[in-house]
Amino acid sequence: MIIFVAAQLLPGDVGRAILGPFAAQSSVDQLNEELGTNRSIVVQYGDWVGGVLQGDLGDSYAFSRPVGDLLWPALKNSAKLALLAFVIVVPIGILGGVAAALKEGRLRDRVISIGGLSATAIPEFVWAVLGIMIFGVWLGVLPTTAQAPQDAGFFTQVKYLLLPALCLVFVLFGYIARMARAGTIESLDADYTRTAYLKGLPRRTVIRRHVLRNSLLPTIAVVATQVGYLFGGLVAIELIFNYNGLGQLIYRAAQRQDFPLLLSATLVVGVVYLVATLIADVLYSLLNPRIRLASSES
Amino acid sequence: MTAATAPALELDDLNVAYTVRGIDRPVLRGVTLSIAQGESYGLVGESGCGKSTAAFALMRYLPRNGKIQSGSIRIAGQELMSMSEDGVRNLRATQVSMVYQNPGAALNPSIHIGDQVAEVFEIAGGSGAQARERTHEILGKVQISDPARVMRRYPHQLSGGMQQRVVIAMALAKDPALLILDEPTTGLDATVEAEVLDLVALLRGEFGTSVFFISHNLAVIRRMCERVGVLYAGRLVEEGQAETVFTDPRHPYTVGLLRCIPKGGLRKDVHRLDSIPGFLPQLGADLPGCVFTDRCGLAREICREHEPEFHQLGGGHASRCHFHDEAQTLPRTTPSHTEVPKRESNGVPVVKAEHMAKTFHQEGHDVRALDDLSIEIRPGETLGLVGESGSGKTTFARLLLGLTEPDQGSIVELEGHPLAPRIAKRSSDDVRALQIVFQNPDAALNRRFSVRRIINRALTKLVGAKGEGRDTRLRELAHSVRFDVRLLGARPAQLSGGLKQRVAIARAFAGEPLVVVCDEPTSALDVSVQAAILNLLADLQRDKGVTYLFISHDLGVVRYLSDRIAVLYLGRLMEVGDAETVFSAPHHPYTEALLSAVPSVEGEERPRIRLEGEIPSAADPPSGCVFHTRCPRYLGAICEEQEPPLAEVERGHFMRCHIPVDELRRLQAEPPPPRARGSQAKTTS
Repeated sequence: MIIFVAAQLLPGDVGRAILGPFAAQSSVDQLNEELGTNRSIVVQYGDWVGGVLQGDLGDSYAFSRPVGDLLWPALKNSAKLALLAFVIVVPIGILGGVAAALKEGRLRDRVISIGGLSATAIPEFVWAVLGIMIFGVWLGVLPTTAQAPQDAGFFTQVKYLLLPALCLVFVLFGYIARMARAGTIESLDADYTRTAYLKGLPRRTVIRRHVLRNSLLPTIAVVATQVGYLFGGLVAIELIFNYNGLGQLIYRAAQRQDFPLLLSATLVVGVVYLVATLIADVLYSLLNPRIRLASSES
Repeated sequence: MTAATAPALELDDLNVAYTVRGIDRPVLRGVTLSIAQGESYGLVGESGCGKSTAAFALMRYLPRNGKIQSGSIRIAGQELMSMSEDGVRNLRATQVSMVYQNPGAALNPSIHIGDQVAEVFEIAGGSGAQARERTHEILGKVQISDPARVMRRYPHQLSGGMQQRVVIAMALAKDPALLILDEPTTGLDATVEAEVLDLVALLRGEFGTSVFFISHNLAVIRRMCERVGVLYAGRLVEEGQAETVFTDPRHPYTVGLLRCIPKGGLRKDVHRLDSIPGFLPQLGADLPGCVFTDRCGLAREICREHEPEFHQLGGGHASRCHFHDEAQTLPRTTPSHTEVPKRESNGVPVVKAEHMAKTFHQEGHDVRALDDLSIEIRPGETLGLVGESGSGKTTFARLLLGLTEPDQGSIVELEGHPLAPRIAKRSSDDVRALQIVFQNPDAALNRRFSVRRIINRALTKLVGAKGEGRDTRLRELAHSVRFDVRLLGARPAQLSGGLKQRVAIARAFAGEPLVVVCDEPTSALDVSVQAAILNLLADLQRDKGVTYLFISHDLGVVRYLSDRIAVLYLGRLMEVGDAETVFSAPHHPYTEALLSAVPSVEGEERPRIRLEGEIPSAADPPSGCVFHTRCPRYLGAICEEQEPPLAEVERGHFMRCHIPVDELRRLQAEPPPPRARGSQAKTTS
């Protein structure tokens, strides 16, 4: 709803955006008539919502194709990129965070904490440009676009996606490491950890069995909420690497005031966010007996 | 010396320091003590004196900035100081274990109880199945009625008492040579504390374990220990047989500590408690002479310059005081007696509560936190409110103050006029008239404000004082709570616990209240500070005629301060009457059990009555008399079928029990009944 109104407030009209600045005003009007974009905002919105409720996302104004046809491949591409970034960043982030926590205040902690924070603070497009410069141009080991050729095998696809995924890893690493570090430090200080040490357990066992189990809970919750960002927030990365994901789709739709496409794409991102948060909550309560058993308590 | 005959613990000239901002600050100063096999040794002292540091030092588990500077620690004949990491771990796994305060935190929240206990057996090298079998056995030993079920539970599903049993089971599982108990019952209800202490005493007999018992509670130490050491500023100042030290103390610090405790027979309208002036020396302060000099009423020139020796007084009794034979002549800091003019009462109660009830709705259950409570509080008196946690004490206080809205039909009157159920609807006069002092001044005082601002704010809000008038009132208030006006600019974090509580009291008194609710105001404080606060409350009442509703789990404190006492159980009033009447037989069986749970510092053995099981859930209270599931005087079917009325058994003494009062009097003069009806006493959860 908000997106819809915001898009309407933008100057310009759809027909003009599609046909370009040199088209005759009459053609523009005619196109607007055909698309229905000369109707009032409320009617257009109502139309779209009605369609969505019936499972029809409508037709894209700009590409003259059903929105679904554009959306699903983009979603699939986004998922691939997100998954790859995720598979790389989660283990490294957690490992880094725990490693820092175990040496709290020492050199190793400083390097990981400050390094992670700096990496997070630098926007992803800066990493993208740097990555392209170093790996793509100078070293020439990785392709500078993310879109693998048609029918590329699994490893080729991974190779193409590696650079953008690495940029995301840089951005997320600091975040995840910081959560893992905080959780681990808290857990190391807890009385139950002391109990475990005083039982005579070796340090390795204490950390594996008593510390990590409790310390990674908050991290898992945070990680899961990042899924939404990985899916929908990658406009810059996808543009730079010319990757046909959701981010690029949203960007194009916004540029051309293609409401059905824009709205549907944002809807999908919203749903992904929602599902990710839900999974995070479910996962958290599954891992945390205090929440899991709260209801069966009485 | 072989391990078989070596003492369980030997500390020799142990020095421990914490490094703070690059400087080593001594925490333990040359502590020497030894605990024989099978012996139980108590270490007492106020917070900050180094008790817990001693415990952790001998597990070689100090914080990162703590280090053992010199000395030796031998457990069962093995020297810890020269031991490798692996050696220490092995020792922890086999010879020494520790139980500390707050069992809820000591257990891992996300591991099943059974697995946590079994771990101890696994370290010792048992197979999984063996470990589980032995876990089952040890949980049975700590009197957990259904070990198999408890093993499948998580810590948060158990009550505090059960959690502490599990921790004790874990500690005893390895059959250690030495068991360290660091404040094991602090924070537990008196009835639960009594059970845990009984259990420790029983198991000590069974396992023959030596016990190192650390507590600030002298009465608990007296009950549990054969020998006792008194620690002050990291120095052992007195040591000896518990009996001797408690009846014939030879160090002014021990003498002072013992005088701080409100003992039976001391009353606020006649007596004042003694307190110890001043504060513990700063952590790691340079103390060339006797460590206690600054707070000692007997200190002379020599005490400042020369550290006294540990004078041996025979029978293992020793005191680190130059004038140990004069210790008991330590001058009091407060006069022992006080004059309280008899108060004229016009008979109108200052607070009258009728049919007070509060039902909380939780996950579809109705929880009756308070059930039809009617009570009057007379002007200028202290009404003590006692009962286990969950009995409704705090709920009642919150209803009075209007912080929680009572159920329909509840009536609260203040000096004859009805009060609105919510504080927001009350007139400013009514708000001013009812004030509260909370248990934890840290949480009650705004950390960002100075003391001056905290009290001024109360003065402005409650009485609309401004400018010069407010300054004068501020100074008067500070003076009346004995708060140094030079400290008015300080923030709460810069003050000690006792000073913070004084600020909280000053805040409550800012608007000249009629009634002050004191909710466990001294339970977070050391005994010497507690004594000073109790004296202050008594003096304020004498001078200002204020009325107190005093909530505490410490019956000694309640007895000292209260004129009348109300006993709550599961939200119901079980007994109410004059303090001395309630404290002397005949009492309600529940009151009887509460009283019998409390260890006494005088060491007199009261007949033991133990409540079994836990307080039932208020969501599903027992039928008939709510206490029948745990009652040691259970009469028969009538207790389960009919709720007894609150009947006046003597003048002004009300009781809710089916047993006739004369019968109770006769029963309570006899030795207590055996712990029968065990099977029925279990809770049904």
